[in-house]
Formats: sequence, structure tokens, C-alpha cells
Amino acid sequence: MPLKDRTRFGQYGGQYVPEILMPALEELEKAYEKAKRDPGFKKELNEYMRHYGGRPTPLYFARRLTEKCGGAKIYLKREDLCHGGAHKFNNVMGQALLCKRMGKTRVIAETGAGQHGTATAMAAAVLGLKAEIYMGSEDIARQEMNVFRMKLMGAKVHPVDSGSRTLKDALNEAFRDWAATVESTYYMLGTAAGPHPYPAMVRDFQSVIGREARRQLLNQEGKLPDLLVACVGGGSNAIGTFHPFLGDEDVAFLGAEAAGSGIDTGRHSASISGGSVGVLHGCKSYLLQDENGMIRETHSVAAGLDYPGVGPEHSLFKDIGRAEYVGVTDEEALFAFRTLSEVEGIIPALESSHAVFAGMQRAKNMAKDQVVVITVSGRGDKDLDTVIKLLGVQ
Amino acid sequence: MAHIREALAGGRKLICFITAGYPSPSLSIAHALACVEGGADVIELGVPFSDPVADGKVIQFTSQKALEGGMTPRKVFDLVREIRESSDVPIVLMGYYNPIFQIGEESYVQLSAESGVDGLIVPDLPCEESRSLAEHCRARGLDLVQLVGPTTSAPRMAKIAAASSGFLYVVSALGTTGTRSSFSDGVGEVIRRAKGSAGDLPLGVGFGISRREHAEAMYREGADAAIVGSAILQGIIDGASPDDTRKFVHDLKAKG
Repeated sequence: MPLKDRTRFGQYGGQYVPEILMPALEELEKAYEKAKRDPGFKKELNEYMRHYGGRPTPLYFARRLTEKCGGAKIYLKREDLCHGGAHKFNNVMGQALLCKRMGKTRVIAETGAGQHGTATAMAAAVLGLKAEIYMGSEDIARQEMNVFRMKLMGAKVHPVDSGSRTLKDALNEAFRDWAATVESTYYMLGTAAGPHPYPAMVRDFQSVIGREARRQLLNQEGKLPDLLVACVGGGSNAIGTFHPFLGDEDVAFLGAEAAGSGIDTGRHSASISGGSVGVLHGCKSYLLQDENGMIRETHSVAAGLDYPGVGPEHSLFKDIGRAEYVGVTDEEALFAFRTLSEVEGIIPALESSHAVFAGMQRAKNMAKDQVVVITVSGRGDKDLDTVIKLLGVQ
Repeated sequence: MAHIREALAGGRKLICFITAGYPSPSLSIAHALACVEGGADVIELGVPFSDPVADGKVIQFTSQKALEGGMTPRKVFDLVREIRESSDVPIVLMGYYNPIFQIGEESYVQLSAESGVDGLIVPDLPCEESRSLAEHCRARGLDLVQLVGPTTSAPRMAKIAAASSGFLYVVSALGTTGTRSSFSDGVGEVIRRAKGSAGDLPLGVGFGISRREHAEAMYREGADAAIVGSAILQGIIDGASPDDTRKFVHDLKAKG
């Protein structure tokens, strides 16, 4: 193996896909490299980010949450205020513009919580593209609002009934669709996983989170953060938060994975904390699998984290110790969901609630002059049904 | 290593796909042997995987059922040994990469060779990712069959054909495995392009072939072998006995 393979992060990543898709990946890589160097592309993307997406999103000092935890100052990077209610917008807008440049008019995507599907439907509507979204029927049942939003914006939603009927199976179906329509269709992958060039491209589009947070915190505090915290399913908001701080050795990274009912119960989605290295959906990374290499079914209260793999760059970060990954259970995430709602009036997505919990725990034991930045990657409106069912209305 | 190649020499050959362990381990062997009796020149044995993205609904369904029935990649080697007790038909294992990676490439190839497997097809391992597996296969005398398709460019086609052994698997159309009622004109073009790159390496054409007319059309375009999977498995799903499978394959094979 060459010393540095452009498709990999250390041993992770690669292009483990059927041959039919290889030319499409090659074409995408070329188009992305060209767009990256084109100031016109950057300008167009920035305009959509600002005037359509509502960027920059605020970096909010959570005074009452900080007081409650009693340690480090806690700032929240408010991706929940992005158009569509989640960080997914950043990636989708970039890819949709790229798709348009490539002359493709049909976009397919997979979605778990429905946030990526919603963002895809949104970008397709604003750019005049046709969108079709694959979503597990289990997720359709628990994220009705997002399904309705996608349909309102003109997207077609395909329910997926195979396997566990969640995100993994939606990805399988999206891959199958892409194999059949690869010449005319753009596959809008929703996280920093999948075959090269998706992990690097999605990371680049999501790095706007970390770049803004860095600039904002320097303005507001005159220093860099001590700790960045983000939730990790596939890991796109986390890699986008972390990446601009990669060279800042004093800035620690913490990824919050979905420990579901607890990692030791086997009912979880914590690929790094509770998985092993394998190959799924085009890339080598940490995975939840059995001893025969079959992909395990996952569980999380947060549909967006309910995925058995993780972006390959996170796997490298884990191995080299650049980031730490911890499991946060459903119960702990629900606790953080309520706490942030009550003390700050911000209802976080259940996905983000995992990061909020992990950030609160760490902040408690840090000095008062230290700073923790937690990325609130999405808002919790979409989760109200789930939470009402679990907690009731009191 | 010449076993598969020899079996496909002379053209108008048939490769039949059976999912290992479906509907049961013993019946999957019985159906594989029935294919051979019906005239199959090579057996492609599918190693069930939980997430077979290159396959359509039929192979996905049979794989899932086989896994639910307790089939594992290691047990597939036992099935191969059982087939070897009554037939020396060339056997190619078609399986996704993750189970190979978990067992270890070297061990997987060794277990394959020891059980009597002649070659491997790994549908999610394009030639860029298959170099080390190809070396292990070469060391053990196994073929590693590579795939090309309608979107494969001429330079890639040449590179992939050079890396392939046993035969070159030509994917007839965009999409996944599964029966199709008709084929586009593009299939002739991809076969001709593949032939230009493959030299004397046999061409096997698959994806969507379910009837003798389809196979005949592929032969006319220059294919040395037609690969039939979902159509046989659909019959088994619908209740075909090994004897029915034998007759079905015999009809596929019969010269028009």
C-alpha cells in the first residue's frame, strides 16, 4: 500500500463499492476538486449559506447551563438555527450545487432521523432538482413530521422494509438505486462516511461549523476552546466541528456516541466504543458486527445516530488518540434534552442531546476559566412525539 | 487455476448461482448438484451477507433466510466439501468483503482452497482494493474474478481484465442482480468492449438473465458463458424441487 492513499485516513476509508459505481466516484472526485478551486463555486455556496441558510449560526454562551454544571464555561454552537433545523444543510447545499454543476437533475438520498432527507428536499426545491429519499419504515413511523416536510417540498419518500428498517437499510437501497441510475443520478450521501470522496467532501462542507466557532470564540473569549463536543452517528457534525482545530493540540475533541440501553446490553449504536474494524457501505471503519462479519442491528432513541458504522476519519482519530469517544445512553440523552430545554429554553434534537450530556459531564470537572463548546447539531421539534411517548407530558 | 477457464472453453457455457444455505444447507447442495446435472459448467455459490448492496431482492431474500437458518461463511466451506464428494465442477464463491476481512484474507483463501473452491468473486471489491486478496489467491492457485460493467471506461476495462483470472464477469446492465424481461442494446456494446480487453480470458455475462433466449442473445454478442442466479433462486423460493431445478437448468442450457 502506498504511504499515503488519497482515498484513506490511515487504514480507514477506501472505495469498497461495486465496479458499476467506480466511474461515478471518479467523476465526483474530479468535479469536487475542480469546484474547490473555483472561486465562483465558493461564492455561490457562501451566498446560499448566508442568505438562504442563515449562516453564520450563533455561538451562544449558555450561562444558566454553565451555572448548573458548576465548572467550565459552556458555549453552544447553534446549528439548530440553520435553515431546516440542522447542520445537514451545510453539506447538502454544497453537494446540491456540485450536482447542478455536474449537469445531473435527479438526486437520491438516504435519511435516518429525516434531517438529511429534509435538507436534501429543501436544496432540491431551491435549485430545481428532483429528489427521492430512502428512509427505513421504522424511522418513517418515528419521524412523521420530517416525512411530511420532505413531501411538502416535493420530494418522493421511499419506505424501506428490509433488515432493521432503519438508516443502514435506507443506505443499502440508495446504493441499489444509484447502481441502476448512476449515469443520470447524483447520490447525496448524508454523512462523512461512505466511499471516497464522500468522507472528505462532507467533512469539508461541514467544516464551516468549526471555522465559525473558532472565529466566534476568539472574538467572544479571546481564546480557543479547551474542549469541543459533538454527537457521532456517521459523525458529520462532529468532524465539521473538530477539523478546523486539528492543528491546535491544546483543543481536545470528544465524540458522543449512542450507547442506547447501555453498551454492555448490546442494544446500542456506538460503533467506535462498542465495535470493531470492518467494511460497510464503501468504507473501512469501526462497525457493529458479529464474529462472522454480519452487520448488527442497532438501537438508539435518536434515529439519526442509529447507524452501525462511523466516518473513517473518526476511526483514525480514535486510533491515534486525537479524539476521545464516549457512549451516552438513551436515558442520559433524555436527561440532557430536558435539562437544556428547562435551563436555556433550547430544545435540542435527541442526537445533539447526546453531545449536551457528554459536554455537561465534562464541564463539571473542569476549571471555571476553561471553555467547552458543544455543537447542538439540530433542534428537537422533530423528536417531540418520541419524547412525549417516553417521558409523557408532566 | 486453469479449472474454471477450461470449463468455460468453447463457449455457450452456463454458470449457475445458488445461495449457500438456502432453503437449507442440504437442499442448497442438492440444488447446486441439480444445476450440474442440468448442464451447469460452473457453480457460483453465494456466501450470504447481511447487507448485499450489489444484489436485488431475490438474492437479498435468500441470503437473509440462509443467515436466519444459521449459515455462516465458515459453514459454506463445509458445503463446498460436501459438493466435492460427488462432483468436481468448478466452484466460485461469490461473497462480500467484510466477512472475508473478518476471517482474514489469507485464512479465507486458504480455507477456500482446502475445501475445493476454484475462485472468488467479491462484488464490493473493485480492482483498486483487491490487490492483496489477488496475491493470496495467486499463492493458493485460486482465481479472483473481476467485474466490469456498462459504465467501465476503456482504460479501466483493460486494467480490470488484466487483473482478472478464471473469467471476466461482465455486468450486463446498470443496477443489481435480478431478472429482467429485456435487455438494452447497450449489452452488446459492453460485451464487445470487454472482449476487446479480455483477449483469450473467457467472458461470463450476468445480471438479469433468466431465459434461454437471453443466454442465446449473450452468446451471439460474444459471451462465453451466461450467468443465471435470481431466476433459479426464484424457482426455489416458489417451491421448486432439485429435480425441477435440474429441468430448468437443462432448458436454459439446451441449444436453440
